Amino acid sequence: MPIQYYIFLCLTLFCIGIVGVLTRRNAIIVFMCIELMLNAVNLLLVAFSKMHHAASVGNNPATTAGIEGQLFVFFIMVVAAAEVSVGLAIIVMMYRNTHSVDINFLNRLKN
Amino acid sequence: MNAIIVSALLGVVMMFTGIISQKKSVHTAVASVGLLLLLLANLLNHYGLFVIHVDTRGMFNFEQFGMYFNSIAIFATLVYVLLSGKTIEHTGVSTADFYALIFFVLCGVSILSGFNGLLMLFLGIEIMTIPLYILTGADKRNLKSNEASLKYFLMGSFSTGIMLMGITLIYGATGTFTMGESNVIGSGGLIPKTSFLEIAGAILIFVSMCFKVSAAPFHFWTPDVYDGAPGVFTSFMATIVKAAGFIAFVRLYENNTAMLGPTWRILLSFVIISTLLIGNITAVFQQSVKRMLAYSSIAQAGFMLFALYSANDLAKEGILLYSVAYSLATIGIFAILIKMKDYTFDGFNGLAKSQPLLAFAMAVCLLSLAGIPLTAGFFAKYYMLASVVKTGGSLWLVVIAVLFAAVSAYYYFRVIQAMYFKDGEAELMELTPAFKTGMLALAVLIILVGIFPTIVLNFFYF
Repeated sequence: MPIQYYIFLCLTLFCIGIVGVLTRRNAIIVFMCIELMLNAVNLLLVAFSKMHHAASVGNNPATTAGIEGQLFVFFIMVVAAAEVSVGLAIIVMMYRNTHSVDINFLNRLKN
Repeated sequence: MNAIIVSALLGVVMMFTGIISQKKSVHTAVASVGLLLLLLANLLNHYGLFVIHVDTRGMFNFEQFGMYFNSIAIFATLVYVLLSGKTIEHTGVSTADFYALIFFVLCGVSILSGFNGLLMLFLGIEIMTIPLYILTGADKRNLKSNEASLKYFLMGSFSTGIMLMGITLIYGATGTFTMGESNVIGSGGLIPKTSFLEIAGAILIFVSMCFKVSAAPFHFWTPDVYDGAPGVFTSFMATIVKAAGFIAFVRLYENNTAMLGPTWRILLSFVIISTLLIGNITAVFQQSVKRMLAYSSIAQAGFMLFALYSANDLAKEGILLYSVAYSLATIGIFAILIKMKDYTFDGFNGLAKSQPLLAFAMAVCLLSLAGIPLTAGFFAKYYMLASVVKTGGSLWLVVIAVLFAAVSAYYYFRVIQAMYFKDGEAELMELTPAFKTGMLALAVLIILVGIFPTIVLNFFYF
């Protein structure tokens, strides 16, 4: 499959994530949209990794080109997991105090 | 490498201290000793006396500049802990954990000052910000703290997502995670060499870094977060972490702006001017000193962005001097602010009568932020503007910056006016003599750096 398909798919997923973050009011759903953004990036990284590998494997069959992209994906997964643990804790903390996970609550600080 | 390893270890040590001892003053003492050790470890590394060697496969590049910034950041944290340690003990229940998180933030800071390549940039930023989300929400029962924490967290991870997309696009175009390099072999690559993807990636990373250092038009989270977070941790966030963000920013775009061409400078001057404009003008209308400081930190970010604009050796010296001047002054102001009962400007009325020493120290810090000669802030601003002049052209940018510095004097002087020329009873929490001595020492240090800026810069060339 041409790389463009992957790029378009991932950018679509990424944009869905961004629109979700900007429009949804439920903290958990906003959080899921952020995860969607990160996973779109993961998918694109793997696709690019494969592309770079395919591009250089013709010259040198034993090449390791493109491997760092897949490594990066693991780092993103780990960091995303760390973020989830902290983020959910924060959402739970807020829920305990307000009994709601609505982001509109966040406008209290404005003035 | 020393700073990264030692700070991570000290974070673990702090967590165990929390188990072993329940006395909060012990935690502060251990943290101070730990920071001294960390500073020592970094200095040993800086002068090449004792270096832990780790084969990082070119992912790190420990140069003078980054090492020196580490020392500055660790020293500023030490000053911060010594001045505000008592207040950290009164915030929340788990003091040792807060110190552990501060050490983890310092670990992220040392990664950011030494990264080479986008993978370490990403990891450094995450290691630096994830503990900060927790510190922002440290006051668990306080709704404002919860709100600030959630807002910071959502904005932070959102901008991380944008940064990751940028990194990925650059990787797609070049086949490497080092900016400004390319691994794509001739026409064998499926994507042409100077690719649209690379430019889009560079701009996305730029946007996300602007989020992290709260440059306009991506600053909107800053006032709310700085205002809502417990004052002690705002102080830490607004100084050391922010300066580290700028060091990463400067190092990232040091030699890598070729692909953006002249657009880079246009983009950057737009960001600089809007940052100065929004930061300074909005700060004028604030009623709370804490919120005013949040906007002032945006305004100061505008000045620090000049280092990015000119990107020469003077700019590098300037950003180091700026980190020192800005961090020390802001830490000092916050140290006094969090002892106040009332955070509004009126709360400072008559402080000079009841606490002349503190009022003097506070005045020195405020003058330094405003950039009045004989304080550290003056030379910091001077180096920034001189570096822009040195690059040639763009004198209009310097003129605008000076005008906004004049605007900034207005809101800093409002605090001084309240302290010295208005009558009132400024209410403070109990103060120890050690705190007053510390504030006086800080004021003397700021004046000393203001008279002899070379004492800071000479270390850089050792």
